[in-house]
Amino acid sequence: MSMPYYVSPEQIIADKAEFARKGIARGRSVIVASASDALYFIADNPSRALHKIGEIYDRIGFAAVGRYNEFENLRVAGVRLADTRGYSYDRADVTVRTIANAYAQTLGSIFIEAAKPFEVEIAVAQVGETPDQDQLYRISFDGSVHDQAGFISMGGDSESVGSHMLENWIAGASARETLTAAVNALYPNGERDVESLEVATLSRIGDGRRFSRRSANDIAELLG
Amino acid sequence: MNPESSFAAHLQSQGKLPNTVATGITHEQFAPHGTTIVALRHANGVLMAGDRRATMGNIIAQRDIQKVFPADTYSLIGIAGSAGIAIELVRLFQVELEHYEKIEGTSLSLNGKANRLSSLLRSNLGLAMQGLTVVPLLAGFDNKLNIGRIFSYDVTGGRYEEHDFYAVGSGSQFARGALKKINALDQSEDEAIVAAIESLFDAADDDSATGGPDISRGIFPVIYTAGPTGVREINTDHISQLSREMLQRRSIQPNGPRAKLTPGGEST
Repeated sequence: MSMPYYVSPEQIIADKAEFARKGIARGRSVIVASASDALYFIADNPSRALHKIGEIYDRIGFAAVGRYNEFENLRVAGVRLADTRGYSYDRADVTVRTIANAYAQTLGSIFIEAAKPFEVEIAVAQVGETPDQDQLYRISFDGSVHDQAGFISMGGDSESVGSHMLENWIAGASARETLTAAVNALYPNGERDVESLEVATLSRIGDGRRFSRRSANDIAELLG
Repeated sequence: MNPESSFAAHLQSQGKLPNTVATGITHEQFAPHGTTIVALRHANGVLMAGDRRATMGNIIAQRDIQKVFPADTYSLIGIAGSAGIAIELVRLFQVELEHYEKIEGTSLSLNGKANRLSSLLRSNLGLAMQGLTVVPLLAGFDNKLNIGRIFSYDVTGGRYEEHDFYAVGSGSQFARGALKKINALDQSEDEAIVAAIESLFDAADDDSATGGPDISRGIFPVIYTAGPTGVREINTDHISQLSREMLQRRSIQPNGPRAKLTPGGEST
């Protein structure tokens, strides 16, 4: 009779985490940052069709790094949850906390139960009336939630992107300052390519849906 | 349609759509009914206007109900019939379009929106058979053809494209009769607004369930327009002004503007 190999739970979790981390680091980075006029989602994404950034609800946006098919499923689930809540209760009752919690539950159980964890990291953020009222949540592949102030950087070499942002970006910065800091963080060699930037904003002012995608022209103009 | 991007299909699968079983009580006495909606094309797109009255049998249930709504950035929906069910249908239709747009990353074509409304309406057929009918009117700007278009519906979900103008609700025959004489495709948006106000007045003139302009309370028709730049609500002050001017004209000529009888004839 053959005995199955014993692998300790710690080892399984560590292996899964390493697997997911590697997958996420292979992709390109995404930054979510508060500016004085809006909440910015900035991704290095050469594809025009496969978005890394999406609209969830009136004041809530989504960004993700990692495997496209996996985070696309999560994005659709988020839109469904938000629309269902907004339809059942009221538009004002859809909050980013609900969405972040649902993502944490989903990713958490996938990480534990599935043979292969999702190789994704996602950010959901809600724009407030002022930058200090913005709510930014980063949710990791294992379901852990990080409530971050000011900005989130994920994917690729997220540490160096993050440290670049820390040095060059301050809370309450203007749109131009924020976008410039983010683009310089994404392209540290200075070879920035406006065509491969995916940028969307959640505006601080207006009624109803605040999400809008920005064209390459818009971005070039904003960068100056 | 891809079931994944249909919000209504998702709600149905969750059992969250309202129950569609009704009892056999007559409906007009217990549920408010919305009355007249008109839609007309003009040189710059299409507009939709609705009176503000809801009735329950002989009772005026509400004086300032809103029956015309933006469905999304380029389309408008107006409703006549059982108000509670109709307004719920509007809410569902609005989320349906928004849901599709968010999931697919692009909005539905105007034909696609018109077809979706058909199937949402058909799911209400059980209630419609019991008398709780809803008759929507859809108008929108078609970005591909670059024109405004109007779609009417029957209670079974049948969808019909209308040419220049249409009206639904209890006062619709009168409004349609008026529009036949005063609406033209080459009208400017401002002229079309006047035509809409005139036709709703004619509906209120002959149909007791349609409300006319209420000067003392400041209640006037709700008007939205859809053109190449999207949907826009016409300012209430502007509608109030035009309604007052119309009432002035009607104090001299109570039946409203007269159409030309012969090509060279005078119209007023």
